[in-house]
Amino acid sequence: MSAAKKIGTQTIQFQFPPSIISTASIVGKKEGEGPLKNYFDYVLDDLHWGEKTWEKAESKMLKEAISKAIEKANKNVNEIDYIFAGDLLNQCIGATFGIRDLGIPFFGLFGACSTMSLSLSIAAMVIDGGYADYAVAATSSHFCSAERQFRFPLEYGGQRPPTSQWTVTGAGAVVLSSQGTGPYITHVTVGKIVDLGIKDVNNMGAAMAPAAVDTIYTHFNDTGFIPDDYDLIITGDLAKVGKEIAEDMLKDKNIDISNKYTDCGIKIFESEVQDTHAGGSGCGCSAVVLAGYLYKEMLKGNLNKILFVATGALMSPTSSQQGESIPAIAHAVTIQRTLG
Amino acid sequence: MPMQLLFKEHWGDMMEFIRAFIVGGSICAVGQVLIDKTKLTPARILVAFVTLGVILTAIGLYEPLVQFGGAGATVPLTGFGYSLAKGVMKGVQENGILGAFTGGIAATAGGIAAAIFFGYIIALIFNPKEK
Amino acid sequence: MEQNFTKQEYQKYVQSKSPNSPILKNIVMAFLIGGAICTVGQGISNFFKARGLSMEQVAGATSITMIFIGAFLTGLNIYDAIAKHAGAGTIVPITGFANSIVSPAMEFKSEGYVLGVGAKMFVIAGPVLVYGTTASIIFGLIYFFMKS
Repeated sequence: MSAAKKIGTQTIQFQFPPSIISTASIVGKKEGEGPLKNYFDYVLDDLHWGEKTWEKAESKMLKEAISKAIEKANKNVNEIDYIFAGDLLNQCIGATFGIRDLGIPFFGLFGACSTMSLSLSIAAMVIDGGYADYAVAATSSHFCSAERQFRFPLEYGGQRPPTSQWTVTGAGAVVLSSQGTGPYITHVTVGKIVDLGIKDVNNMGAAMAPAAVDTIYTHFNDTGFIPDDYDLIITGDLAKVGKEIAEDMLKDKNIDISNKYTDCGIKIFESEVQDTHAGGSGCGCSAVVLAGYLYKEMLKGNLNKILFVATGALMSPTSSQQGESIPAIAHAVTIQRTLG
Repeated sequence: MPMQLLFKEHWGDMMEFIRAFIVGGSICAVGQVLIDKTKLTPARILVAFVTLGVILTAIGLYEPLVQFGGAGATVPLTGFGYSLAKGVMKGVQENGILGAFTGGIAATAGGIAAAIFFGYIIALIFNPKEK
Repeated sequence: MEQNFTKQEYQKYVQSKSPNSPILKNIVMAFLIGGAICTVGQGISNFFKARGLSMEQVAGATSITMIFIGAFLTGLNIYDAIAKHAGAGTIVPITGFANSIVSPAMEFKSEGYVLGVGAKMFVIAGPVLVYGTTASIIFGLIYFFMKS
């Protein structure tokens, strides 16, 4: 007896594909000056947003993004069955303190920068399984709170190498419903942890690319889709270096996605002008690109079927100091505007 | 001519500045090569530099560099190692084995105290800015 | 998925795909800015010498002044802007040591003055003190036993 909705080795095909009924995105100043600036709901002038600490600001961003998304769906917080959220901070305090006052049952998750795909996947499964009618998937990251936890104090005079990425200050929330007219989440390919031994924390793209390749390859194998079935395949934050590597590795496996493949970390910043080196990173990167740009382009009809693959690096400063490499994971979500 | 004399009177030999510039710049350039070409993090490079400063002073190779380069040799972190090593030598000469422990920190006491004090005061007054 | 790459092969491949730092430019900038900082130190040192301080006092006073400059520029959010271009030119001089103490002190203020500012002040610079002091003590002991 095997699971009715599972196909292949790692993919779920929904029987009752949930719809995305609204999204919201809040970003920091730098993101609000980038190529996608017109797609976000709100741009902060100041990364503190009136709060005393960076962490409190990040929580506020998440709370406001979730509230806004629920409002845009013409619902109120009592009608949301569950929230699925997480972030980069230790013990996910960005999410927990942001959600604290909303009074919505909460599943806390950790997927590092893959959290947007992770939360979307589980929220969709819960709706398709008949466990909920409305669910929110959300995540955030904040440049300042990430720097002080993972790297250096803000005023430290260090030099960033060309492979380094810039953590996006952004919070994105998506409301899913069992009723709705699309865009629909039809498939989810759940990733495995992949680690090809990269230890360089300044080259996350290279560390995460193998995980994205593994998931994307498995997705095509499990579903029988081909790249041409999609209008766009977009990874979360492989950025310039990781994107090239992923493209090459997939070509080696006879999957050519080059003419419809990009990455959220590349789309969100104009790296020459904004000095963001390889590109953006962080949970918020894929979240705001999905909630802002991708969702709106789908509503406009410019994108009909996309494969959204957020990627995460599952290390901590402790594991790096102990000489460990960087294990990574990627989850793929198929989103299509109409069914059939 | 008169400009040079005026300069010399108030600021010392111009050559002294040029030597400081070249020696200091070169030591920093070595650090840059280590940052870009090796997997060593800045923290490890600084530890290496200060330790190297102690060792080179111990074997008598750093003093000539200080004589030649002045601040170019004492301002970089190798110079901190130099101060520690010289302090320890003085300490042992004056206090025997006790001086091995007290001499280094005694010689660098001003710098360490200043770092702690100014660190605290500046943190009191200023806040980090978003980038 | 069959691993097409072994870990070693992948690391070699990543090396070939990852852009390198503009090393020549970085070395030149480190040389120029590091040299400039040392030149300022020379000027300060000469100033104290002219004031009649002894050799030891000059060394101490110069260190303290340079540390103050590094600390102040860090407080003004200027030091890291210079460091972006200077690289080792701002990390290696003693002003960089000050920056590595002042920047966490400022940053961790939000965790309070005792556990934040007080405890985290040496999170970056600590190793320099530990290894410098230890090396000097070992040298001191060797020196003592060689002398006697």
